[in-house]
Formats: sequence, structure tokens, C-alpha cells
Amino acid sequence: MIAFLLRRLALLVPTLFFVSVLIFGLQQLLPGDPATALAGEERDPTVIAFLRQKYHLDQPLPVRYGLWIKGVLQGDFGESIRIRRPVLDLVEEKLPVTGELALLAFVIAVAIGVPAGILAAVKNNTAVDYGATMAALWGLSIPNFWLGILLILLFSVQLGWLPASGFVPPAESLKQNLLTLIMPAFVLGNAIAAIMMRHTRSAMLQVLGADYVRTARAKGLTERRVVLRHALRNALVPVVTLGALEFGALLSGAVLTEQVFTIPGFGKLIVDAVFNRDYAVVQGVVLCTALAYILLNLLADVAYVLINPRLRA
Amino acid sequence: MTRRKVIAGLCLLFALVAGPALAETTLRIGLAEDPDLLDPTLARTYVGRIVFASMCDKLVDISPELDFVPQLATEWHWTDDNKGLVMKLRQGVKFQDGEPFDAAAVKFNIERHLSLPGSNRKAEISAVTGVEIIDDQTVKLVLSTPFAPLLAALSDRAGMMVAPNAAQAGAEFSAHPVCAGPYKFVQRVAQDRIILERFADYWNKDAIHFDRIEFLPIPDSTVRLANLQSGGLDLIERLAATDVAAVEGDKKLKQAQITSLAYQGITINLANGPKAQNPLGQDPRVRQALELSIDRGALNKVVFNGLFEPGNQWEPPGNPYHIKDIPIAGRDVAKAKQLLADAKAPHPTVTIMVPTNPETLQAAQVIQAMAGEAGFDIKIEATEFASSLDLAVKGDYQAYLVGWSGRTDPDGNIYNFAACKAPPALNVTHYCNQQVDQELNAARTAASQSDRVAHYAKVAEHLLNDRPIIYLWHPKWLYAMTAKLNGFTPYPDGLIRPQGLNMQ
Repeated sequence: MIAFLLRRLALLVPTLFFVSVLIFGLQQLLPGDPATALAGEERDPTVIAFLRQKYHLDQPLPVRYGLWIKGVLQGDFGESIRIRRPVLDLVEEKLPVTGELALLAFVIAVAIGVPAGILAAVKNNTAVDYGATMAALWGLSIPNFWLGILLILLFSVQLGWLPASGFVPPAESLKQNLLTLIMPAFVLGNAIAAIMMRHTRSAMLQVLGADYVRTARAKGLTERRVVLRHALRNALVPVVTLGALEFGALLSGAVLTEQVFTIPGFGKLIVDAVFNRDYAVVQGVVLCTALAYILLNLLADVAYVLINPRLRA
Repeated sequence: MTRRKVIAGLCLLFALVAGPALAETTLRIGLAEDPDLLDPTLARTYVGRIVFASMCDKLVDISPELDFVPQLATEWHWTDDNKGLVMKLRQGVKFQDGEPFDAAAVKFNIERHLSLPGSNRKAEISAVTGVEIIDDQTVKLVLSTPFAPLLAALSDRAGMMVAPNAAQAGAEFSAHPVCAGPYKFVQRVAQDRIILERFADYWNKDAIHFDRIEFLPIPDSTVRLANLQSGGLDLIERLAATDVAAVEGDKKLKQAQITSLAYQGITINLANGPKAQNPLGQDPRVRQALELSIDRGALNKVVFNGLFEPGNQWEPPGNPYHIKDIPIAGRDVAKAKQLLADAKAPHPTVTIMVPTNPETLQAAQVIQAMAGEAGFDIKIEATEFASSLDLAVKGDYQAYLVGWSGRTDPDGNIYNFAACKAPPALNVTHYCNQQVDQELNAARTAASQSDRVAHYAKVAEHLLNDRPIIYLWHPKWLYAMTAKLNGFTPYPDGLIRPQGLNMQ
């Protein structure tokens, strides 16, 4: 297990290097000069020249990459050109926001997706199954931003139950914090619940037809015990992988939802940074997201082994 | 004393103590973007100016009619040669950290604008060569040459005064700005909120009625409005034109609007690289035909519900510098076709670059349809804004549907887009006409408004025939607010001034 972990951790280095080159390279393909974009409407030539020099935009690409990586290795991810704040400060400020949103969305996704999947599999080809599948299809097809706007119009404008957008840190008011996050978390969780439901359903269907399940039933175990103790444990293996990947995707993929609900998290940070050509922020955030994604994958692999002892060999 | 009396007494005491805290009033303003650096010298965004209006007073301000009115300077006059502006400063003004505001502070601020690396103000006041301190409350701005637009610059960020000690403290000033305005900076969470609180020693404190102001950037106009409707905000700027009717139909809300100093038009590549080599770029008759094919009134009705102001100049109708003798030409498709035939280009293909903003794209489609009737084959190239800017500067465009947010002085709306020596990053058409240049320079140095208008009229004669830009409309600043908010006055510069604002 330890050797496995070490091997995976060692793989982190080349992966992150590759990711860093990719982020840096892809960003250069973006049309639009950051100095012009950041010099403001006035586009004063002396300001443009100053910004180019200050942020090394006048240097060749490999030199700029070298300067950036050198900084990253020393824990300095550069500063936002737009608001002159260290990128790491921004990451530190935004990560907990997106983390909390992702966690809530994930809880909602699991709470809806897994039981619905089990139920659909157990009641295969019945109205329950069709209903759950249809709901999942709805969840998958509905665009996040549209659902978000509809929820805002219903729960904030019409009913006045929830704040329309924004974010209140839990330290300031836990109640307000949950009230502001419930809609975006549902919007985000809804799509993932659909994916989870479908995966749980197909995994369960496969497992429920397996010999050992028949044996368990033959032993006279209750259906509840067969499903929850014997079938679910095996069926969960692919669902856990999916869960970890989806959680990673939530960290980086809350872009639209954060935009609609104006949640100052990672997604909003990165979108604004792309539009403002704030290169250091884009690079820093993508690198952190990639790291989180890789680590979550690793966690999924570890969880695999814990759930299914046969994989330990 | 009975137990009940004790409880009643405690309740009363609590009410007395808690009363003022409960009565704290906060004004929550929804902004369309997150501001950039909160340092008047370095700032560059329009939305940042809205925050500054609550935080940093200026030497002079403007009235809704665009007259200059006192703020930190109480009176001023030009010297006889127009190369000096003498300003008398308000007495007893303090910066938000307690530092006194005086002539030395003005000298420090003007010099900071001129010398701080990356200053976005330097170009605005570049005619200033120095600041003389006449006495504690009087300064003289010395100019290399007469420069009429200076006063307008001082009514904006170049006239905002920051506390010298705080600005020299070494830390990033924009993270903790200190000015001499009604509200002082408390906290900023990037992309989330900017919090200001009332400055107790503000010189005009009687005009201030809210204890705090919170600015919340909410880019989506639907969500911004939803926040206002649900009570999460008290005032929003840049209400979508299509939402005005909804606000008017809601008893809990009200709206305010004013024609802005901005314009929107079709900028045409005349001489910026090989892409200018096409009938539109080379033949003024084709440009005239394009203008004649467009019905500005219909465009305004279709795209902006008739709310915006159609225009054919860089200043909106009603502005003192609008040239009344040159009215908007009506749509004339027959004449447009004739002009195209004369230019031997009956069906010119024109690619218009359009920033990816839903309203602008819609306007481009209307123009496409209208110009199509005259024989134009308009192709719309939707391009993300920063990219479009880059392409325009490089000359990689034929026509560009773009605007300018507008300046108080007309010089700010025209000089950099039409003068031969204008920065190529702004005069992206590379238009150059010596007669226009002569008049633009004369308008800069003329002292009286009537003289300046006469020079701009001559600029208009040439420019509106050469058509480096076909001006189309002037947007309006649209605001929506809770019906309980009183004292809101819209200004042509779009800024939200907190003086006089109060809640019923």
C-alpha cells in the first residue's frame, strides 16, 4: 500500500510539469495582449510599456515560463495584474468558498443519486425505475445557468425565501452562509446526482445478477441485507471513482454556477482572469485545480482498495 | 423592586444600548463589474469610479448640467495667459486618517499622478509642469501650454486627492486607500464586495445619511435585478434596457436614467494596414452610403426599446458641445444605392467586428439587415472584447462596432480618436487630417466655451464627412432602486454620488 502511494506521488511531479507547460502554452494562444487589456480604455502607450516591463511580457516565452516556474517552486505564484494581489492569497481566499460549494453539491448529489440508483436497480423496469431514469435525464440535460436563473426567480424574487446571489462566510453567519449556498449547490449537485444515479443503477444491476448475490439470497438473507450489505459494497467501486472525479470537476467546473450566483470562488476567479488576461491568476488557479484533481484521483484509488480488499493484492 | 420591573429596566437599558447599533443603515449597491485597483492614480475602469465617488472627493465636481462646481477647491481662476490655474482650497478638510488636506497635499497628489510608474492620469494632465504652493490653502497649477480640458480632468480621478502619508507608507496603497471623501475604506473581498463606512470628520457630513455602503459586483444584469427585487440590494447600476418596463411595473422599485457622455459607433479602418484596402476604407462615398442605409431611430427602438439617444456626433444632443447645425441625416436607401453605384461598388462586402455583448450583437444584426437593403453584404465577426481591441490596434479589421465611455470635456471624446498624433492604440483608424488637427489643437487652448464650440464645429464639418467613425447612438445610464431610496440624482458621467441619498 505504501509503495503504491509512493509510486503515485512520484508520478505527480511529471504530471504537474506537463500541466504547467500546457497551461502556460495554451494561454499564449489566447488572442489579445494583456498589457493592452489591462491598460484601460485610455490605452496610454507609457502605461502599456510599463505593464509589459513589470510583468515580463516583453520577454521571450521560455524566459517567462522559466521565471514563473522558478517563482512557483519558491512558493510565489506571482500577482494579479488587475488588482495587484498575490495569486496565492486569492487562491487561499477562494478555495474554501468553492470547496464548501462543491462539498454541499456533492452531498446533495450523493443523497439523491445513490439511493435513486439503488431503487431504480432494485425496482428494475417498473414505474419507479422509469421515473428515476427520466429525472436523471432531466438533470443531465438541463443547463446549469438556466436552472440557476429559474431558481433565483422562484425562490428569491417570487417567494423571497432565499438570497438571490452572493456569499456570506460561515464564520460571519452559518445560517446566511447555507441560505446563500443552497440554490447553487442544488444546481451543481443536480447534474451530478443524475450521473451518479445512472452509474449506481447500472453497477447495481450488474451486481444483483451475480452468483454471490444469488447465493446470499439462497442463504435466506433479507432482501434489504442482500442489497445493502452484499450488492452495494461491490457496486460502489465504480461509483466512488466517479465520485472523486466528479468532485474534482466540481472544484474546477463550478464556473457557470458561480457566475450566475455571483459566488466569489475559483470558477469566477478564473473566468474573470481569462477575460482580463490576468495570466498569473489563470496559471496559478489552473495549477492548483490540477493538483487537487490529481490528489482526488489518488484518494479514489485508495478508497477503491479500502472498499474492495481483493484489489490489495 | 419587583422582578418584573428589573426585567423591564434591563430591556430598556438594552434598547438604549442596542438602539444605535440596530439603527445602523447600509446602502447596498449592485455594480456591473468588479473594480480594478482602488488607487485614483492607477485605476482605469469606469466601475471603479463609482466606488471612488463615495470614497475620494475631487478638487472640483460637475453638476448634472455639466457645469463645474466646488468640491475640495472652493474657487479657481485661470491666469491671464491661460497657463496657470489658481485654486483656493476648502478649509478644515481632513483625510480619512486624520491628516489635514492642504496645498502641500495637492502638490503631492498632482506630482504623484505625473510620476508614479503606470499612472493612468499622467496623459490626462500632461500639460501640467508643476504645482506652486501660494499659501496653505492656495495652489497654482503651472501649464506648459493653455489646456482647457484640465478642469474636466480635475473633476475626475486626476482631481481625487489621496492622503500623502498613507500613499507613501510603502504598503500597497490600493489595498487600503485613504482619501478625503465621505466614506472610508473598510474591506474588499475580490469579486465579492467592497465595504465602506461613514467618515465622521467628512467636511460635508450633513449630506451623508448612510452609515455604510457595500458595493457588490454582480455582472449578470438579470441576477442584479433579481437581487434588487428580492431586497438583497437597494440600488443597481446599468439596468438592462429591456428590464426598464419590469421595474416600472413593480411598485416596490423605481428607476432613474440620464443620457451618458458615451457614444457607440462604427469605427472604420481607413489607413491601418492592408485591411484598410477595400471600398469602405478607401472611398468616402461608400462610408456615406453605409451611414445613409442606417435608420438610427429604428435601431434604437428595436434593440434598446427606444431608450437610448440616437446620435451622429461624439457628443450627445443637449450637450453644450453638440453641434446643432449638423442634425442626424435620415435614412435614404435610394441615395445610398446611388453613392455605391458612383463608387463602382454596388455590393461591397464589409466585415464588422463586434464585441460579444448581446445588445451590441443585436444592433449589428439590425445594421446588417438595414445596410443589406442598400446593397451592402455585411458579415458580423463576433469577437471577445480584449481580442477585438488587440485586432483593432493591429489594424486587423475593416469596421468595428465599438464605443467610448465618454469624458466630461469634449476633448476626451474626440482628440485621441481623430488627431494625427493621437496614440495609435486609440486612433485605430489611423485617420489624419491636418485641418482637423489644427482645429482640435485650437479647441484645446481656447479659453471660452463659445470659442471652443466654434472650433469643434469646424472639426465636425470635416470629420463627419470623412467618417472615420459613423456615430450611431449615445447610451443612457439606467438605474433601478428600491422605492424607499430618496435623493438619487443621475449624472451624465454615470457616477453614484452618495451625498443626499437617504432611506425613507
